[in-house]
Amino acid sequence: MRITCPHCGARDSREFSYLGDAKMAAGKGDFASVYLRDNPAGAHSELWQHVMGCRAWLEVERNTSTHEVLSIREAGK
Amino acid sequence: MSRLPNGGLIDRTRTIPFSFDGQSHIAHPGDTVASALLADGVRLMGRSFKYHRPRGVLTAGSEEPNALIEVGQGAHKLPNTRATVQEVFAGLQAQSQNRWPSLRFDLRAGLDVLHPFLGAGFYYKTFLWPRSFWHRFWEPLIRRAAGLGRISALPDPASYDKAWKHCDLLVIGAGPAGLMAALTAGRAGARVVLADEDFMLGGRLNGEALDVGGMAGADWARQVVDELQSLPNVSVMPRTTITGAYDGGTYGALERVADHLPDTSPAPRQIFWRIVARYAILAGGAHERPIAFPNNDRPGIMLASALRSYLHRFAVLPARRWVVFANNGEGVRTAHDLLKAGAEVTLVDTRKEAPPETTCRHLPGAEVVNTRGRQGLKAVELRLANGDTEWVEAGGLAMAGGWNPGVHISCHMGARPVWREDISAFVPVENAVPGLEAVGAANGDFSTHAALKAGAEVAAEALGVKPVDLPKAEDAPIEITPFWQVKAKGRAWLDFQNDVTVKDVELAHRENMQSVEHMKRYTTLGMATDQGKTANTGAMAVMAGLTGQGMAATGTTMFRPPFSPVQIGALAGRQQGANFKPERLMPGDGFARAHNANWLEMGLWQRPSLFRAEGERTWRQSCDREVKMVREAVGITEVSTLGKIELLGQDAARFLDRIFLTPMKKLKPGHIRYGVMLRTDGFIMDDATVARLAEDHFVMHPTTGASADVLSHLEFCAQLRWPELDVQIVDASEQWAQVAVHGPKAAEILRGPGFMRFANMEIAGVMARVYGVSYSGEPGCEIAVPARYGAALLGWLLEQAKALGGGLYGIEALNVLRVEKGYITHAEIDGRVSHHDLGLPTPEKDFIGRQMAARKGLRGPELVGLKPVGSAKALIGGALLVEGEFSADNVQGHITSAVFSPTLGHMIALGLLQNGRARHGERVRMVDAMSGISAVCEITPPVFIDPKGERLHA
Repeated sequence: MRITCPHCGARDSREFSYLGDAKMAAGKGDFASVYLRDNPAGAHSELWQHVMGCRAWLEVERNTSTHEVLSIREAGK
Repeated sequence: MSRLPNGGLIDRTRTIPFSFDGQSHIAHPGDTVASALLADGVRLMGRSFKYHRPRGVLTAGSEEPNALIEVGQGAHKLPNTRATVQEVFAGLQAQSQNRWPSLRFDLRAGLDVLHPFLGAGFYYKTFLWPRSFWHRFWEPLIRRAAGLGRISALPDPASYDKAWKHCDLLVIGAGPAGLMAALTAGRAGARVVLADEDFMLGGRLNGEALDVGGMAGADWARQVVDELQSLPNVSVMPRTTITGAYDGGTYGALERVADHLPDTSPAPRQIFWRIVARYAILAGGAHERPIAFPNNDRPGIMLASALRSYLHRFAVLPARRWVVFANNGEGVRTAHDLLKAGAEVTLVDTRKEAPPETTCRHLPGAEVVNTRGRQGLKAVELRLANGDTEWVEAGGLAMAGGWNPGVHISCHMGARPVWREDISAFVPVENAVPGLEAVGAANGDFSTHAALKAGAEVAAEALGVKPVDLPKAEDAPIEITPFWQVKAKGRAWLDFQNDVTVKDVELAHRENMQSVEHMKRYTTLGMATDQGKTANTGAMAVMAGLTGQGMAATGTTMFRPPFSPVQIGALAGRQQGANFKPERLMPGDGFARAHNANWLEMGLWQRPSLFRAEGERTWRQSCDREVKMVREAVGITEVSTLGKIELLGQDAARFLDRIFLTPMKKLKPGHIRYGVMLRTDGFIMDDATVARLAEDHFVMHPTTGASADVLSHLEFCAQLRWPELDVQIVDASEQWAQVAVHGPKAAEILRGPGFMRFANMEIAGVMARVYGVSYSGEPGCEIAVPARYGAALLGWLLEQAKALGGGLYGIEALNVLRVEKGYITHAEIDGRVSHHDLGLPTPEKDFIGRQMAARKGLRGPELVGLKPVGSAKALIGGALLVEGEFSADNVQGHITSAVFSPTLGHMIALGLLQNGRARHGERVRMVDAMSGISAVCEITPPVFIDPKGERLHA
């Protein structure tokens, strides 16, 4: 899988580390935001960090069935 | 000798000696082991998996099911190598496999007689009855008989590499279609990778007597390859198999760099490439399929295309008398090629309406119903169109059963190929792998003209460039009448490698294996090294015939990577042994090595565990001495593994205040505070010291093992949670060497800024950051200098420490020192511990994890100290703390860290115990169920020495 980092360009996914559901970005610190996650087979917005690059946190929309990357943007922006 | 006097793409001016089963043979450059053996009249090259039937080559490529050999000697031995792709090199030693004692005389061939009992699923049936038989009889028997070649079981002495490539166009296969695609893209200046599993590029052009562009096809291929090799933007990769298609246009590729060279070659044996391509063209051609008829597996029976390859590429005519058995127009082509080479041919064509042919004996509507010749074909029984049968003497039989496009790579992302009735073959579906398009024979376009045209056009369209001019070539239509199996008595093989016959598929169908996937697993069809490349479609056809569903509805099994076998060594690359994972070395690593350190691996870090002094025999002696040295004089230890995260900006204080449970906002410049941070779920993430260097500048030291996660967490919070805060986060962990100097005499070496104070100080001419922190309970400081001065700093400190009766200490002593003081590590804060458990108060301010930490359930076992009572001596880390009888209900906690305290003269431990803080002075039993040791302990406060910290403030 390849992720096009808005800062660094297209890179292999092994440069990134995965956190999970992008809803965590807006985490209010309550039970639902900490523990309840969607796990769809299909389009899913996720948080990835370019740990071996610019270290930006990215929101990657990905089809979990095909690994097709649908959109990428800097998270929180 | 079967070598023809002329022709072939071999270099007759040179000879290469090699051996097969100890017998010497001679080959020419350009030969494979299979072609050289055939040229020397060797037809018997292997034994089948189950019945140990004598076998010869079926193919001339990587799809070979029969001719599997072991190559090399000793640790270099490589089993299950296809003789049809292994190039001969000087001194090559090849052995046949899966036979005992010899290839000609294999005792296990007796299994062939037992075949009525060894049909599909016999293995599963052995489980059933009688039950006790499985364990005592079948399992040992099957285990002994199973497998193909034998590995050496020695460490592989070869080296392997892994590497990346990036390109605009990856062309898979260098036949006519692939060459045209690469030429079109290459001439247009695109970055092209052209990969082919063969050592000679050209695909079928090298194995046929076909003209392209007015010259021999092989010559045309050579010309194109020469041009491609001259282009700087084209990377031509022979001996390279594309093994798999993955997400994002990434392909796996195995390059066999030195498998065709003697073992002494310094080159890596293989390189596993990851190729990232904007577009890819699958031009891997097609695999010819056999026809199922009784005893169709004898040495001498091969695919017609393989025979033509041996004739034209290797100049080998493996026998004088041939029967060609075809269901399509390629029978005539094969017959003509054989006649030209001087052979005698009987052409058996299953098609009653086959066009008349006068050059040889031509039998339209006839079938092959049996063969003879145990170790090599002797005669073939024919059933003529009128029903008469007759035996014909023949040493060779060529089967032309039609072609299976090489769809495999197109299926690697989950797509299944579709059946095309007009050409009786499965072809790839559109967009099966994004960015990949199949052309030529891989897409069901079998004529040379169609392949050349599609290759050029698809490459041109993908890259938006002009296709190169088409050379003239044959454009024969496909004239195939599907014909899969001869209805006659006897076993007819479908899968040669796994000994799956038509009867096995019939049995599987009778036993209700309705899907092809079930049939595959029940019969073992399509398993092992060839993955059924020659077998699958024939078996599906038999199945389709039984169910009456037709091929399209029957479908195929799934093709998964790798396309052909990949050695584990190639996937591992250099990540073996000591290089399995990277090592992290502290700046003072060399210094510690020069001072007789013992070492401990902590994650990726290499850390000195202790520094053995003369006369010390056990680690405890060294550790105890080092602890005493710190408590009584001064000790030096490197702590560079600590995280060193710098935070800058107007809002850095506010940021840290939200990150930490511990209030940080009012920390004054020049001061240091110890703090704990929580995860969002309310449990402790890590602890750290935080120093405020200036109003807008902090340095925090998270725990060695947690610092990477802490850094990501800080960045997460800064980028996502509070982007409005002015804070910049920089990881400076690698930039600083840090050394701890502690003990009652530490101040004699350096008078630091005082406990929990920070100062920039010049030490031996170098500006240092000096932190008044202590992890041992002794006064002193941690000194940070730019990493390049780390070793010099250690030397400078050690020199002075020695004069004071001090010296170096390692991580073992450090651990004892911190347990004596009740300082925690991740043995205590193991991810299930809350700040309540440590007895830390909850401040008024907001912080990450506040809401979730307030949950009732987060009050668990509490941090306590433990010491043995009475005669008990041992405390064991990880042991359970039990009240009353040892049972799951009575477990109240566990020991997190246990050490021998030389200061106190007995063992001490930290632990987590239910309601522990209220139970100081009470007793609890420690049980280590692994060793069976049980001991009574006294519950104490978690600080064993200097509970008021008077030493630190001295």
